[in-house]
Amino acid sequence: MATKRTIEVELSTTGLTKDGKAQRVPLVMGGGAAVALEAPPSMEPELEGEHMLINIGPQHPATHGVLRLVLEMEGETVVRCIPHVGYLHCGFEKIGEYRQYNQIIPWTDREDYLNSIGNNVAFALGAERLFNIEITERCKVLRVMAMELSRIASHLVWMGTTCIDIGAYTPFLWSFQYREKIYEMLEKWVGARLTTTATRVGGMAADIPDGWTDKLQSFVQDFPRTLDECERLLTKNAIWVGRTVGLGVMSPEEALNYGLSGPMIRASGVDYDVRKDFPYLDYETYDWTVPVGTSGDVYDRFLVRMAEMRESVKILAQALKRLPDGPVNVDDPRVILPSKKKATSEMESMIHHFKNVMEGPRPPIGESYVAVESPKGEKGYYFVSDGSSKPVRWRIRPPSYVNLSAIPKMVEGHLLSDVIAINASIDIVMGEIDR
Amino acid sequence: MRAEKFTVISAGHGGGDTPATPRNVPHKGGDANPTAAALQARFGSTIARVDVINGETTVIVDRDKVHDIVQWLHDEPTQSYEYLSDVTAVEHRDAQRPIEIVWHLRSIKFRRFIRLKALIVKGSALSICSIWDIYKGADWLERECYDMFGIQFTGHPDLRRILMWEQFKEGHPLRKDFPLRGRFSRSQQLENALAANPEARYSMEELSIVDAYEELPLDMRRRLLGGEKTGE
Repeated sequence: MATKRTIEVELSTTGLTKDGKAQRVPLVMGGGAAVALEAPPSMEPELEGEHMLINIGPQHPATHGVLRLVLEMEGETVVRCIPHVGYLHCGFEKIGEYRQYNQIIPWTDREDYLNSIGNNVAFALGAERLFNIEITERCKVLRVMAMELSRIASHLVWMGTTCIDIGAYTPFLWSFQYREKIYEMLEKWVGARLTTTATRVGGMAADIPDGWTDKLQSFVQDFPRTLDECERLLTKNAIWVGRTVGLGVMSPEEALNYGLSGPMIRASGVDYDVRKDFPYLDYETYDWTVPVGTSGDVYDRFLVRMAEMRESVKILAQALKRLPDGPVNVDDPRVILPSKKKATSEMESMIHHFKNVMEGPRPPIGESYVAVESPKGEKGYYFVSDGSSKPVRWRIRPPSYVNLSAIPKMVEGHLLSDVIAINASIDIVMGEIDR
Repeated sequence: MRAEKFTVISAGHGGGDTPATPRNVPHKGGDANPTAAALQARFGSTIARVDVINGETTVIVDRDKVHDIVQWLHDEPTQSYEYLSDVTAVEHRDAQRPIEIVWHLRSIKFRRFIRLKALIVKGSALSICSIWDIYKGADWLERECYDMFGIQFTGHPDLRRILMWEQFKEGHPLRKDFPLRGRFSRSQQLENALAANPEARYSMEELSIVDAYEELPLDMRRRLLGGEKTGE
């Protein structure tokens, strides 16, 4: 009998045994289920202390993409977690070495696809530092609007999907309703909803259309009410609190050491936001605060993200007030194309246009690392240029990749059902993790 | 309100000005991060060079001393680089140039950013000391760097491929000698994939029912005898 093994289902226990342990029900194959349930066999002694391995994913709705978690379980408690990533790897960084700078921008849409316009801005900022370009004031404010809108959209998706994971359905519908409004605005602006490709090195693909700011104004006015409604459903909801408080705790020191960023590190009590501490796009001139949690658990991550959306609305309102007139693109012939009219009527402009499109802009030899605060955390783009029109190295510093690497630390010791909540709280996007 | 569990660590608590968006950054030169001078004073000749490019300070260090230097930067209270942003590598198109291993470190306390670089001359062993024991966040970053460039991080507890699969035999994709489309033709890649034995990757413990064979219903036993694989 020593080699005999029974595969058991832990999910349906018929109660406790005499010594207080959960009665295990063996998975009976064939037609014997009814018999087994009527008379559960006594505990097999060799199964005491035996660990079971459970595989979640890669095709599982609660893993938010193609993440595979192998969990070693002691009863219902996770003792070890082995994450497997890479199912979506498609070599963005390698492809970037074969593309001109403006040609890489469509790839940035597709890595963190919930924050695509934010990635476009981050990429353009990195490339502009490499080209040594100072963008115009109007472009700066437009980019701030783009980043904050996409932060709200990303956090809304996070809230909706996490609610579904934990068992609430209504906030999902409400959040997707407002996400849709953001995507409508983006569509009016750049013509695409998800894959925006909105920026160019030195400016934007398009200026905002007439009447767009009114749409944004009404969004800024209406949106906080939806946030209030969602908070009323969740923040003091006994089920929500019961399923999130005390889970996946990371202390501030651990969070720093594990390299967490974004809402993850701020929920752990580290007041670190790239927008405040290593500012870009004049974020230091806006009046807003960095929400910080003090418990480092799933509930605090939820609170931090909700507060962050409110701060984003504040930033959007200020950006609307200060939006200056003027050109969007810099006046730099190295990177900006001549106008269509000139290109079709003047020989020199046509040559300029041709050279810029076919050969691409050439940055000076050098390197730059620009990090922005994406909804997931510190998103960095690192460029190395050898003076040619294609980067020698284009590196994405993916925030949710580093955040996810701490998942074994967070889930070990928790129950299987809490793994789902903790995994949801990281806000992973597999497109960005696997790249 | 819940009771505060942790005391908040605020960025910039080491003092200094309120940071501002950098403007008119010169392409080369400018103010170096004060850490670079401190490193030169502390480590002397193991610091090969300090560059300031686009306002970012790059310190090129001796590849054998990386661990000591990072450890010092992490522990020294006047530096306090407690946050590791990134570990990556750069291979230049010029095949003669050495491979660069790049660390991006941040000091949350002083709001500083520094880039460390170690050069590995082509032809010498592609290995460097892991800093996993200093920053746990280096775990996956170093694994990715190994996966993409083939750099051995000595001291890393679990240096496996992470984005590519374990049986990937074509080498390390981000190396410049690796063709964009892969080493094999599409048909060869398909053949390799079909010939692979995915079951070999899973431990029997995980998904197998072989030990419970006797308890299987007859029809399933028949299917297994007919060669059907379990565990997918």
